[in-house]
Amino acid sequence: MDLPLLLGILPQVLLDGLILGFMYALIALGYTMVYGVLEFINFAHSEIFIVGAFVGVEIMLGLKGAGMLDRLPWPLVLVLVLLAGMAASGLLAVTVERVAYRPLRHAPRLIPLISAIGISFFLQDAIRLFESLWRNAFNLVYPTMDVLNVRFELTQTIDVSVKSLVVIVAALAMLGVLHVLVNRTKIGTAIRAVAEDQAAASLMGINVNRIISLTFLIGGAMGGAAGVLFGVQYGLINPYTGFIPGLKAFTAAVLGGIGNIPGAMLGGLVLGLLEALAASYLSLLTGGAFGAEYKDIFAFSVLIVILIFRPKGLLGEVIRGRA
Amino acid sequence: MRNSITRSVVGVLVVLALAAVPAGAPIAQGKGTIKIASQSPLSGGQAALGEGIKLGAQLAVEKFKGPLEKMGFKVEFVPYDDQAKPDVGVSNSKNIIADKDILAIIGHLNSGVAIPSSEVYKEVSLAMISPANTNPTVTDRKYTNVNRVCGRDDVQGVVGSEFAKSLNAKTVYVIHDKTPYGQGVAEFFRDDAKKKGLNVLGFEGTEEKSNFDPIITPIRARNPDLIYFGGIYDQGAPFFKQAREKGVKSKFMGPDGMDSSDLAKIAGKNVVGMYYTSAAGPASALPKAKQFVEDFKKKFGKNPEPYAAEAYDAATVALKAIEAAAKGGKAPSREDVAVAVRKVKLSGITGDIEFDAKGDRKKALYFVLQVDSDDPQKWGDNKIVKQLAIAPPSASKN
Repeated sequence: MDLPLLLGILPQVLLDGLILGFMYALIALGYTMVYGVLEFINFAHSEIFIVGAFVGVEIMLGLKGAGMLDRLPWPLVLVLVLLAGMAASGLLAVTVERVAYRPLRHAPRLIPLISAIGISFFLQDAIRLFESLWRNAFNLVYPTMDVLNVRFELTQTIDVSVKSLVVIVAALAMLGVLHVLVNRTKIGTAIRAVAEDQAAASLMGINVNRIISLTFLIGGAMGGAAGVLFGVQYGLINPYTGFIPGLKAFTAAVLGGIGNIPGAMLGGLVLGLLEALAASYLSLLTGGAFGAEYKDIFAFSVLIVILIFRPKGLLGEVIRGRA
Repeated sequence: MRNSITRSVVGVLVVLALAAVPAGAPIAQGKGTIKIASQSPLSGGQAALGEGIKLGAQLAVEKFKGPLEKMGFKVEFVPYDDQAKPDVGVSNSKNIIADKDILAIIGHLNSGVAIPSSEVYKEVSLAMISPANTNPTVTDRKYTNVNRVCGRDDVQGVVGSEFAKSLNAKTVYVIHDKTPYGQGVAEFFRDDAKKKGLNVLGFEGTEEKSNFDPIITPIRARNPDLIYFGGIYDQGAPFFKQAREKGVKSKFMGPDGMDSSDLAKIAGKNVVGMYYTSAAGPASALPKAKQFVEDFKKKFGKNPEPYAAEAYDAATVALKAIEAAAKGGKAPSREDVAVAVRKVKLSGITGDIEFDAKGDRKKALYFVLQVDSDDPQKWGDNKIVKQLAIAPPSASKN
């Protein structure tokens, strides 16, 4: 075993895992906020996430077609694309809630779940149909902006690219804003009140439907932002790309304690790090017997162990005092 | 009650149908329909190649159906979409064998789909002529109905490792996509590279399609002279792109799965200079394919993707075999067609085609090419670095 090699790449592996983890955390927020308020798992969230990525790539390709991509300052382009992705995904989430979940709110719990799975399939194929008519393409490629690929070499084996920094900064900023919004503002108080007891909240003069819509808007917007960042970081998307990250993010939400916002962030980071460590080290440590293809098996085995000892997740499920 | 009525109705229909077959032959226009089917991915990430196979076969059917039509048959071409998925391929196959008019099948793109699907064709001895399936297992099962006009991975992998050695590579790192095709060719590359004294630093499989960071980090730390990706462009392209962007300086190489203009479209300048082997040369390199390229462009308004020329030849072989089997003027059986395919001698646009006892081409062409430009439109201009005609390895051992 090559110890200097193993230790040498560790910081880079941790960094890769951190970036992936922030991506999972942003997506996981959508699952966890909706669950916190409605005790309902929005399985269409993986598609809401990838819609953000598609809106982002369409805008960037549009700018490129108009020759503007290289002329505008790159932070402006990124902010523009992020906002557009967030708006599109947020509005889509609100629409989905209005059309497919609200009419079923008082139905038995499994019914909206099935509705969500149906919406997920519908959105996948709607994106596919649209892109094949519009661009005759299945895989879409984020246009490269050379400045994003500039790398800062910290040592010979460790470096950070500008786009990785963008992902980290954007994710931290959004998590921060969300934290303040939920805990320090009037709207946040209303969201927490509806999560605790819908009937009592409405007696206090809170418009429950509006707050639920708002929850979907915020969760969807976080997913859309994650979609744009995913596209910028990894470059290639197709209509089915959202499924696996969505599933992982859902897992991250459960790991952190579903319904718990800091839990979703922690769960995302833990899962991202586990995955990166497994993919980079399994083959090196086992002499090739277990390779990178076992990364999910390894990561999920660890999750099972954690959940056996902490069935409510790392930070605990938010329990609603319901009579 | 309802069931028994349905059953008796079906029974009557079956009897009628059986009675109609011998009596109904000379009715009105001609002697019935002969269909040639294709199976390849027409949707999804590998549709660019799959579409090329469909269109190549379609062009051949339209061009060469004349003699059969003169005999009084109606000739149709029916494309199927296997989505590059084994389960979809197999369920299509069941529909295909149920349609008695289909006498030959041109397909597939993926060996992992072709192998299970051909088990279904075998049940009814339906002739399959593959334009693109290079995994050795496809013909090593010695089915009498399975043939291919392309080369084999046990040769292609070796061609790759030989070339890697000629590039003076001392260390290589091998990645594959865990499919029978990708892993298969990667193993042949690895084994032969070891034999030739190259140091194989790692051998890794992954189904990941977007985030290759954790795989690239250990590769970059070990800095191999060359990275070989056994797989298909929709996975290879993002891998190579991310590797270059993360500062990996190794040379890149892959098998014929990388041979698509989409590789340049996705990875752009990051794959300029990359090498790939092919068991199906670019149409521009085939002296007899000029007319084909022109016809293809005129009809479909785009350049033929790799394997389109092979699909064209495969469909031509199928038509010739059906013609030969229908000599008496009667619609031939599927068995007759399968037997006739093995006897076809054709001077096709990809060279002379003749099958050995296993269904491999007696001499297949192998190429090493280098990506020339990041413009997908110029994919056809990629340089041929090396060209070889090699017989299948086990033919002499049998």
